[in-house]
Amino acid sequence: MPKITYIDSAGAARTVDGVVGATVMETAIKNDVPGIEAECGGACACATCHVYVDEAWREKTGEPTPMEEDMLDFGYDVRPNSRLSCQIKVTEEIDGLVVRTPERQA
Amino acid sequence: MSDPIKTDVLIIGAGPVGLFAVFELGLLDIKAHLVDILDKIGGQCAELYPEKPIYDIPGIPKTTAQGLVDALLTQIKPFGPQFHLNDMVETIERIGEPLFRVKTDGGKLFEAKVVVIAAGGGSFQPKRPPMPGIEAYEGQSVHYAVRKMDAFRGQKILIVGGGDSALDWTLNLAPVARHLTLLHRRSEFRASPDSVNKMMALVGQGKIDFVLGQVTGLEGEGGKLKAANVKGNDGSTFHIACDALLPFFGLTMKLGPVANWGLKMEGELIPVETAAFETSMPGIFAIGDINTYPGKLKLILCGFHEGAMMAQKAHRYIYPDKKLVFQYTTSSSSLQKKLGVV
Repeated sequence: MPKITYIDSAGAARTVDGVVGATVMETAIKNDVPGIEAECGGACACATCHVYVDEAWREKTGEPTPMEEDMLDFGYDVRPNSRLSCQIKVTEEIDGLVVRTPERQA
Repeated sequence: MSDPIKTDVLIIGAGPVGLFAVFELGLLDIKAHLVDILDKIGGQCAELYPEKPIYDIPGIPKTTAQGLVDALLTQIKPFGPQFHLNDMVETIERIGEPLFRVKTDGGKLFEAKVVVIAAGGGSFQPKRPPMPGIEAYEGQSVHYAVRKMDAFRGQKILIVGGGDSALDWTLNLAPVARHLTLLHRRSEFRASPDSVNKMMALVGQGKIDFVLGQVTGLEGEGGKLKAANVKGNDGSTFHIACDALLPFFGLTMKLGPVANWGLKMEGELIPVETAAFETSMPGIFAIGDINTYPGKLKLILCGFHEGAMMAQKAHRYIYPDKKLVFQYTTSSSSLQKKLGVV
């Protein structure tokens, strides 16, 4: 199972097992990882599952779609490596993925 | 206040579940008015994801959220529902057995024998952007809507956002402002290209400023804003002096006044029994996403079912002396007459 590490704004890291086909957001919620709210439930209709993708993983996770960019407008402290975790699918290729959660969700 | 609008049923929320409730009530000769805080019919479907596909409506393999709303409107047309948009129910007072007096923040007054809460996640309200300390300036210097443009005359205005509201108010307020800055985190906009072009033209004429960046903090005192601290996209930090800040970060759902109506609540949800989806107060029902009961699923189709069950019980309140005979639209000529198909 691909492992995903979530690092919160205070620097605490949690590594959990992801299920291929789920999203990075769902994996966080299922494992009670704090810092991700996912108010809309994964419809790409809010910006409360905002994460920063570790630079080493940006290529594998890809760039946000225009719709995701629109939603990121509602995020706090959006950076070039910002993504909505509901839009990142768990695959074998992202085994070891590291994402950071922002100080606050929108 | 004017005379109350009298109705059999007042439905709070004009999303898909509220709309289909009109149908189920209509078949039983029950008339309904609907109140919704949005300026359009359709609730979340119309506001959040009108173009997104829906695959789990029975018998409709694929539709869009707006497509579903449009189809429901066609389906309930024979029953002549009355809509009161842009308005929010503030208070519900029980004045009879059952009879309710319902007031909206727009000043409307209703008298309804039955109230159906189909409010989804509550009411849509402007999203408070996550800027530290913003609450202290709200009402005085921070505004989420423009009620009177004149209130901004001669002010230094900072508008934040990239959607239609941000762009529309940039264009409208530019002539009255002493100085206007539009701040957005990127050079692409969600707003219509036409508005963006007009905004860029104003920038070109030196009439307004457009800045790329994000607000990181606010400065001022006593609720009066002086400046916003901004982080530019190049990593630089700077101030933008402003008397007024207008953040347009979309809408979010807040439970709103529902919590004050004297109903038993479970967190942000209204517990109901599952024979008629009635709340702890007889005569007030809750259907759709806002209710909870063992096994509850937040699906549109479950909300439809809840509406049908609710209507049967509502009939008993509205026509206490009439016996309700269960009928099918397929075979009942009297139902078909109501639907206007015979």
